[in-house]
Amino acid sequence: MSYELVFDVKRGDFDKAGEASRKIKHTLQQLGVSNRIIRKISIAGYEGEMNLAIHSLGGKIILAVGENKLTLTIEDVGPGIPDIKLAMTEGFSTAGDEVRSMGFGAGMGLTNMVKNADAFEITSEINEGTKIVMNFIIQ
Amino acid sequence: MKLSQVRELLNAVVLTGENHLDDEVYVGFGCDLMSDVLCYAKEGAVLLTGLSNKQVLNTAEMANMNSIVFVRNKVPNNEILELAREMDILTMTTKLILFECCGILYEHGLKGANLS
Ligand SMILES: Nc1ncnc2c1ncn2[C@@H]1O[C@H](COP(=O)(O)OP(=O)(O)OP(=O)(O)O)[C@@H](O)[C@H]1O
Ligand SMILES: [Mg+2]
Repeated sequence: MSYELVFDVKRGDFDKAGEASRKIKHTLQQLGVSNRIIRKISIAGYEGEMNLAIHSLGGKIILAVGENKLTLTIEDVGPGIPDIKLAMTEGFSTAGDEVRSMGFGAGMGLTNMVKNADAFEITSEINEGTKIVMNFIIQ
Repeated sequence: MKLSQVRELLNAVVLTGENHLDDEVYVGFGCDLMSDVLCYAKEGAVLLTGLSNKQVLNTAEMANMNSIVFVRNKVPNNEILELAREMDILTMTTKLILFECCGILYEHGLKGANLS
């Protein structure tokens, strides 16, 4: 058994943001994945979904379900991250006031993804986009 | 304690998820920063917050929070309450400020839902 689900996330659409993560959580519950692992994926995926809505020009989340691992790929079409090391620093954020008034923009999302995923990879090209791949082992 | 006791102690009004009033809760997490809830909150906690947007619900759902208390008299709009019903999560609103809510619940035995 191995398949993929794809969810589009629009820039600035804070009304819809979170829908993809909710659907992913629901899917994993139906698959019978353990709650502990669902929570890790839900949190990491939601951080990624919010980053797409807040920082990117738009993108998508792909959930790939494999035999003993789940892969979340979060990719967008720009603007790219100029300094990944800086972006990965806890507390660094370029989020504006609107985002902060919603309760985000603490500069914690990327490190929280690292914390929750079993493997985390990020690549970014200016004007091309950012791609994050996270793996989660399911026992 | 039971969520019905949380409601009584905070003199709160239940908005959604009344069916969960008999559920037990042992820990709480209070803040207006959802980033921190996602990083530091232990699951199963009652989330106390002064924000009332949709992302509060999404955060609570992803982090497996037990319930949500909107403090300082905040009440989410109907669309957001509808989403809370869909999620089947208990939400309530109280006039008290966050500091008072946390103090009262702590005094009655609720612990902090700190991950570490
Ligand atoms: N997809 C992206 N495209 C462009 N820039 C990004 C993207 N994701 C993150 N960034 C940059 O990296 C910074 C750090 O991201 P991170 O998710 O850690 O924190 P944040 O989103 O600012 O705040 P938080 O996640 O705590 O709400 C962002 O402020 C932004 O500058
Ligand atoms: Mg973020």
